[in-house]
Amino acid sequence: MSCFTRLFAVVRKELRQLGRDRLTFGMIAGIPLLQVMLFGYAINTDVRHLRAGVADQAGTELSRELAADAAASQVVTLTRKVDTPEGLLELLRRGEITVGIAIPPDFERRLQQSERPAAQLLLDGADPVVLGAARQLSQMTLRQDTAVVPKGGGPLFEVYNPYNPERRSAVHIVPGLIGVILTMTMAMFTAVAIVRERERGNLELLINTPVRNSELMVGKILPYIGIGLIQVTLILLLGHFLFRVPIMGAVGDIYLAALLFIAANLGLGLVISTLAQSQFQAMQMTFFFFLPSILLSGFMFPFDGMPLVAQHIATILPLTHFLRLIRGIMLRGAALGELLPEIQALAIFTAITLTLATLRFRKRLD
Amino acid sequence: MTEPEPAIVTRGLTRRFGSLTAVDHINLRIPRAHIYGFLGPNGSGKSTTIRMLCGLLTPSEGEAEVLGLQIPKEAEALKRKIGYMTQRFSLYEDLTTHENLEFISDIYCLPRPRRRERIAELLRRFQLEELSQQRAGTMSGGQRQRLALAAAILHQPELLFLDEPTSAVDPQSRRDFWEGLFELADQGTTVLVSTHYMDEAERCHGLAILNQGVVVADGSPSELEATIDAQVVEVQTRQASGARHALEGLPGVFSITQLGARLRVLVERDQPAPQEQIQQRLNAAHLEAEAQLAEPSLEDVFVAATQGRYREAPPGARASGPPGNGVTIP
Repeated sequence: MSCFTRLFAVVRKELRQLGRDRLTFGMIAGIPLLQVMLFGYAINTDVRHLRAGVADQAGTELSRELAADAAASQVVTLTRKVDTPEGLLELLRRGEITVGIAIPPDFERRLQQSERPAAQLLLDGADPVVLGAARQLSQMTLRQDTAVVPKGGGPLFEVYNPYNPERRSAVHIVPGLIGVILTMTMAMFTAVAIVRERERGNLELLINTPVRNSELMVGKILPYIGIGLIQVTLILLLGHFLFRVPIMGAVGDIYLAALLFIAANLGLGLVISTLAQSQFQAMQMTFFFFLPSILLSGFMFPFDGMPLVAQHIATILPLTHFLRLIRGIMLRGAALGELLPEIQALAIFTAITLTLATLRFRKRLD
Repeated sequence: MTEPEPAIVTRGLTRRFGSLTAVDHINLRIPRAHIYGFLGPNGSGKSTTIRMLCGLLTPSEGEAEVLGLQIPKEAEALKRKIGYMTQRFSLYEDLTTHENLEFISDIYCLPRPRRRERIAELLRRFQLEELSQQRAGTMSGGQRQRLALAAAILHQPELLFLDEPTSAVDPQSRRDFWEGLFELADQGTTVLVSTHYMDEAERCHGLAILNQGVVVADGSPSELEATIDAQVVEVQTRQASGARHALEGLPGVFSITQLGARLRVLVERDQPAPQEQIQQRLNAAHLEAEAQLAEPSLEDVFVAATQGRYREAPPGARASGPPGNGVTIP
């Protein structure tokens, strides 16, 4: 006999408990808020306003033009002026600047002879991001007077960047954040919710009642699907209105993709719940999964740049596929149908975890 | 009218965990509408037996029939007919009394109008009305226990399993709790309760004493007291520890228990004139003490039985005695 009362009873109970668990309740809204703010405002891989010093030994109009152009690029902000390149090195060493622009006395003559660079950039290159920024500077040409552009110079490629022309990190990061936050919260919430029942002894009571495994599992999962969708909405709203992240594709597609991804993570949470003996263990296991997800999925570093082994591992992680989905839909306006392989990957992951969880969860104690 | 079918019948029920045999070939026959007790020290197999009878654990060997259903094969069908009160409070501490009962009644699919009626009835019966909006986590041991019992019988089970239900409860609450159990038995519910309290065991209709997974004695409390395989001598003395020291090693004495200014001395049944022997020994030690033959109590039975000194009960009541530890059949 099927009995929906039982399913709803589990859902209602779960919601009531959730409403009273202030910590979890706070995490539902707190984690997305905090992360969007952190990643949106603080973390910026498109570096600007590096503190720079200039040692202009030429002192000509053109050399002053070079320094002004560098500042105008916004990559650097000129904060110090010294007389010699040695002065720049000292500032670098003391950490007062990260970029030094050294313009030699024979700057104008060097400009005419293309075999030697005209000026020098001194970098604190320990941070690769700074190196990347410096590369931008080195490609700079003096626009003011085409006659003095080094012969055969000028960039070989014109960069065409239609999806994020302003090169704002938020555009790239916020869609990814949806995936990261769902990975963190969904798997953990479900795993903890079920392990908690075992830890507190509730499960011993429940398995003595006619409630079925499926009713118990689905009943416990349903509220978290709702919570996941609330989180998606929250991040979308914050991202769109605070950081002007475009939503090029259909909103419906975003939610469909998110639902599938939520399902994958809930499946994972269920598997963890059948393995963990305590809430603490459940959290540890989620983090064990969370870390590679955030590092290898392409959220932090481009997937293509990773070694092959890392790429293979990343392919197993649902976040990798979701990132491709959500970035495709939100930033490139792709339709779900155009991203079929990623959908398949997520569906397979969900099917496997759910099967594993049901096989492992028994209504017995032995 | 034919003999009603017993609530529980087990034959050679056994459960092993690795090399440990937690329950060793238990044979039980528990009649309906009885309160039946499992008495035994911690780790004697009480909980494991109850869990097997509920279908939570698969027996390693032997069979069990509960309410006419084969266990564990028909365990799911059994779940509607039994109530189970766990040793630990297992309702939700962050839900109120009323919410907990509501949840349980939904789990058993009670129809709505019936549900309201039944919850109101139970709240009244277990004096929980004033606590109905209070969260279970903030209630006292006795209050929680009343709530747990209310939840366990909400669907009116035919058979109720109680696993050490009174371990966290004050004496008055325990008395009230047992009143409630008798009421249930009068209405036809069979109650199987495990305990390590003698006074609770004494209240049961029938009783099985378990020790290391074996039923070492079973019967009604009075039967057990009548068939104890020992003589009981009570010693009144103000020098209890001295007396105890003097009596240790006296032929036939196998257990001495101090109860304030008294010593309960258990002596082998075939030992002649135990009272005189003990008195002589006490006098010889220059102790001010008086020995008298006494009626065996259930505690004496428990002590004797767990030491393997229990006379074979009526045939068929148990299959295997404990490993030979001086079991004597007069």
